[in-house]
Amino acid sequence: MLTATEYRTAAIAIGGVTVQVNASDPDFVRMLEERYAGFIGSGQEPDYEFDIELAAPADADPDADVGVFREGRTWHLERGDFRAQWDPALRRGRIRQSANPYSIDAVLRIVHSLVLAGQGGMLVHAASAVRNGRAFLFAGVSGAGKTTISRLAPPDATLLTDEISYLRREGAGYTAYGTPFAGELGKPGENIRAPLAALYLLAQGRRNTIEPVGATEAARALLESILFFAHDSELVGRVFESACELVSRVPVFRLTFCPDARVWELIQ
Amino acid sequence: MKNAYIARSTDIASRMFAGETMIMSPRDSTLFNLNETASAIWEAADGRTSLEQIIEQHVCAAFDVTPEEAMKDAESLVQELAEHGILKVSEEPIS
Repeated sequence: MLTATEYRTAAIAIGGVTVQVNASDPDFVRMLEERYAGFIGSGQEPDYEFDIELAAPADADPDADVGVFREGRTWHLERGDFRAQWDPALRRGRIRQSANPYSIDAVLRIVHSLVLAGQGGMLVHAASAVRNGRAFLFAGVSGAGKTTISRLAPPDATLLTDEISYLRREGAGYTAYGTPFAGELGKPGENIRAPLAALYLLAQGRRNTIEPVGATEAARALLESILFFAHDSELVGRVFESACELVSRVPVFRLTFCPDARVWELIQ
Repeated sequence: MKNAYIARSTDIASRMFAGETMIMSPRDSTLFNLNETASAIWEAADGRTSLEQIIEQHVCAAFDVTPEEAMKDAESLVQELAEHGILKVSEEPIS
């Protein structure tokens, strides 16, 4: 007997790249629409399309780390809770995962990190905000203060994210885009963009200080903050080049701060 | 080692900032920072010039260092970079 599966779709547009996901479970798609509210596209042709099969991956190891590797044209994206294949040339892929938001969230981050790596952009473990039409990035490891600096932002600043920042190479500089990838703040960023004015490397201290950082140290710190998962020497080399390029075009500072809103007086 | 020939691996990414060189091995993402003297050796590592000639022409001629000191530091540098596959070392010129 022939059967037909009816799919519902959600087009998730982040950083100007639209990923449409198709799933047969309307409740799951509705959950995605709520989770990515503000980033749901309508009407435009998707850049990439994924069919989601809602089932736990076979022989899944819940503790397995992320694995991203390429076989021919096809990327394989794996973690304990999902398995995905993606052919960028065909612009199609498929994901096998249970009906949870975290697996698709990870797949989206990986797909965007691969797309950006080929274009000179990057996903950065950083908070970012727009003020007076200019974007500022605050990079740091967990506990460095990304969420704290986000909470301290003045009313005229618009938060792009408190966790994962999205940078595209555009013209002679970089543009920061809002993302739905939230950290401890627990809410998505605004879906807007602005030219990147400065990168701040966060450190917590007893007073607010700011000092310029040399290019070598800046590149090293940025590389440590870039989200990149693929075991692919060519793309890893391109990520290195992109980090070096960014710190040669964008001023980088070390921002040491205490939990005090006056720190934003230093952000210019 | 002074008669050895050294050549930069093609399987690396590098960038020079104000005289210092940052190198990354895409194989394992290891990062190295080279100071100005080490960068001079790195830039001259063309596989056709011996380490002794590099020290004489690119290090002692440009920096205030004796050939003995420079060679000692260079041997240590070459050994470390070679261990990570970033630099090739041979007793013959490397094409």
